[in-house]
Amino acid sequence: MVLSASDKTNVKGIFSKMGGQVENYGAEALERMFVTYPPTKTYFPHFDLSHGSAQVKAHGKKVAAALVEAVNHIDDIAGALSKLSDLHAQKLRVDPVNFKLLGHCFLVVVAIHQPAALTPEVHASLDKFLCAVGNVLTAKYR
Amino acid sequence: MVHWSAEEKQLITSLWAKVNVAECGAEALARLLIVYPWTQRFFANFGNLSSPTAIMGNPMVRAHGKKVLTSFGEAIKNLDNIKTTYSKLSELHCEKLHVDPENFRLLGDILIIVLAAHFTKDFTPACQFAWQKLVGVVAHALAHRYH
Repeated sequence: MVLSASDKTNVKGIFSKMGGQVENYGAEALERMFVTYPPTKTYFPHFDLSHGSAQVKAHGKKVAAALVEAVNHIDDIAGALSKLSDLHAQKLRVDPVNFKLLGHCFLVVVAIHQPAALTPEVHASLDKFLCAVGNVLTAKYR
Repeated sequence: MVHWSAEEKQLITSLWAKVNVAECGAEALARLLIVYPWTQRFFANFGNLSSPTAIMGNPMVRAHGKKVLTSFGEAIKNLDNIKTTYSKLSELHCEKLHVDPENFRLLGDILIIVLAAHFTKDFTPACQFAWQKLVGVVAHALAHRYH
């Protein structure tokens, strides 16, 4: 699965529409993931996961920042997220299935806040991009 | 048998009452074919699927999308009995249509995104939870008679 030139354009475009809100989208995606897929909470026993949690907000900001980093280096996502990839492989070891779940929730959040911008073409590109990010983060697992 | 809380049933039926089945069904099927192009394998006789624009406007796609989502309505009418409701459809998808059940999960997730775009803030996390549960149950029921 390769990101085409138009995929890259679409992804950059929608992220620029999200602007500074992307941090909030990260937090909202996490919250939706925890509510919709309760097993994902097992990775955060040390967090307050109630609605509006400051920890979830902060973590959402981190997740969003990583996505933005990937967008800004969309020609070399593996390079841009190399340290994060190491972290997930060696320390966090989040089961690969969970990246799909978070990616899906992120798409839901974008659909809610930018329905007009999430055309079918952009939807496809963003889905591919999120898959690519998940693949990079799990690439060194074994 | 799946257990539905009163709240889940309410979230499902109240949202469903506001869904334009023809539009939503058409959109969901079109997006499935666009976002996961390999799903086009089941629709070789649907004519022009050469671009997202072609797919969105394709009358056969729109009609079939409406058909699929209308059938979804049957599940919502029979929340306590979805497996039985879909028994024949499950056999059909296995024996005649030869559809990998993974495709039901893909369509379910696409439907969630279409609903989110349509209902925006009203598609709360609790609402998403109930609907994800529903699409999961529907996918499971459709796969249940596979052999």
